[in-house]
Amino acid sequence: MHNTMKKKAILVDITRCIGCGACQLACKTKNGLPEGEEKKLSSTAYTAIDERDGVYVRRLCMHCENPTCASVCPVGAIRKTDTGPVVYTAEKCIGCRYCMQACPFQVPRYEWNHTTPKMQKCNLCYDRVAEGQLPACVEACPTGASIFGDRDEILREARRRLRENADQYVQYIYGEGEVGGTSVLYLSAVPFGSLGFKTDVSKEPLPMLTWQALSKIPGVVFTGSVLLYGIWWITNRREEVRKLEERLKAMEDEED
Amino acid sequence: MRIKRIIRKLTFWRAVFVLLLAFGLYATYVRYTKGLGAVTNLSDEFPWGLWIGFDILCGVGLAAGGFTIAGTVYIFNIKRFRPILRSTILTAFLGYVLVIVALMYDLGRPDRIWHAMIMWNPHSVMFEVAWCVMLYTTVLGLEFSPVVFERLGWQRPLKWIKAVTVPLVIVGVLLSTLHQSSLGSLYLIVPGKLYGLWYSPLLPVFFLVSAITVGCAMTIFESFMSFRAFGKRLETDLLRALGRAMLVVLIAYLALKVGDLIYRGKVSLLWQLRSELSLYYLEVGIGVLLPISLLAVRKLRTNYNVLFFSALFVILGFVVNRLNVSITGMAASSGVAYFPSWTEISVTMLIVALGFGVFALAVKNLKIFTEKEAPESLAVGSARGHEDSLVQEPVRSYSSNVSVQH
Repeated sequence: MHNTMKKKAILVDITRCIGCGACQLACKTKNGLPEGEEKKLSSTAYTAIDERDGVYVRRLCMHCENPTCASVCPVGAIRKTDTGPVVYTAEKCIGCRYCMQACPFQVPRYEWNHTTPKMQKCNLCYDRVAEGQLPACVEACPTGASIFGDRDEILREARRRLRENADQYVQYIYGEGEVGGTSVLYLSAVPFGSLGFKTDVSKEPLPMLTWQALSKIPGVVFTGSVLLYGIWWITNRREEVRKLEERLKAMEDEED
Repeated sequence: MRIKRIIRKLTFWRAVFVLLLAFGLYATYVRYTKGLGAVTNLSDEFPWGLWIGFDILCGVGLAAGGFTIAGTVYIFNIKRFRPILRSTILTAFLGYVLVIVALMYDLGRPDRIWHAMIMWNPHSVMFEVAWCVMLYTTVLGLEFSPVVFERLGWQRPLKWIKAVTVPLVIVGVLLSTLHQSSLGSLYLIVPGKLYGLWYSPLLPVFFLVSAITVGCAMTIFESFMSFRAFGKRLETDLLRALGRAMLVVLIAYLALKVGDLIYRGKVSLLWQLRSELSLYYLEVGIGVLLPISLLAVRKLRTNYNVLFFSALFVILGFVVNRLNVSITGMAASSGVAYFPSWTEISVTMLIVALGFGVFALAVKNLKIFTEKEAPESLAVGSARGHEDSLVQEPVRSYSSNVSVQH
């Protein structure tokens, strides 16, 4: 059904969401999470519908093209798959929670009350996607508020809607450029800032920020060791010379 | 009669210690049986709290005396500082061990702390931090080991360590430089979350430079505390030299901070009345401006008490800075108000108390402070000679001093 080699994306058209909650139910069933409606993302809700003045905003992991969480994870427990989903390997995780600290969208959740806790977030149904199926939430959506497909096609569809129904939307695709682009994109009728979206996030991928520092390490180590060794050699040599001179002087004194 | 004896032995500080132990152990029990949620006020919105902000960030910073003094003595060959070398290395070693202890509380899966050894992600600052902690703790252990070998009278390992001292110190200085700065780099990834007064591309540099100031301050502070607790002589001219060094680095730090605010165009934040502002001024005022103005006056700088309080202010300012970066500056963007729970505080206090306890034990039983330390006898030759003559007089000689206090 879908070309699995291409990058996928979900488009959430906020104007079409009726807040029925079918997506959350389907998600919980698919991922074996405890039942019960939840209004916020949690360790037992990978997607949730946030109501803002009568507007329903479905939240889920943005699946960044260049994910911050994957770059900061010290043990590489998070990775971006070729088709788009950002997935987590619980068996590797040491629980440092740097992913939560670093995520620009405040998505990862933690099992705070477990003795062997895991990070929890949407995995874009990577297993279903790999088999050419739709993510469970998209399949369950009765109004087509969430659609799924190749990212470039999804972007084309989003632009078409903005163009053809210009008065229904703010002219912006949230996620197209945020932190270098995401695999979850949003359209809205009201400004994104008023719906709790972070509008001041960088347009550049964040991992570059730390990589600029990290990539300097080999240089620092090399220059540092040469420099320190050099300084030690000079100070040590100076003392050796001083001692020799003292001995020479002592010998001369004896001769006299 | 027995109870009376017990009560008499129970000095104020011992009572405090026992109390901390009780609270801390309770919190520890709950932490490992119920999970992080049961003992901390951490949340999905605020995943890093007191344990990262104080135990880890401050713990590593306060251990900075170790590489500062070791580098000064061995690399720059300024032998005058040798008498305080051991106590600073001990502090640094204990600091790092306690950081690892704190990590065992804070990590969700402490049983997997070893994962970073085999599961690599060189793009992660946390990965760098993990390796720095592992390697530098080992280096510090080795740097300190001669003191233990001396006590045990093991000549051969002593010889081995002496043979590799210089490379060991070089590696230690490099690892510290990387580690101190990488703790700042951890926050490079949160430009949208950390408040503009603290977020800067220079965070790694700030963390490194402030670690050096606090390295000097901790050494001064410790010397004074050891004098009070163990009656150890103060090395007058050394402390003054440290005070001067601290002044120079503090001025450099201030210049960097001001230049950075101007360069980033964030000077206006200095009069934007927000809750972060007072804590920013507290940090800069107490940790930078006040000690600079005290130390800049020659007459004041040579005064013991002024020196001691300047060091204390630098340390307090440093702690406020690390808490500001990790907690104050992150609060607004998180959308929640975080304040540590009493159990979180108990664990932190327990770890600090353990540090003090082990330090006291080490001073009692090992040769941490060399004895003849009158300023006049600090000539290179005598300090060296002293250090080279291994196991000498009974090392327990300090216990008599300690018993005076009860």
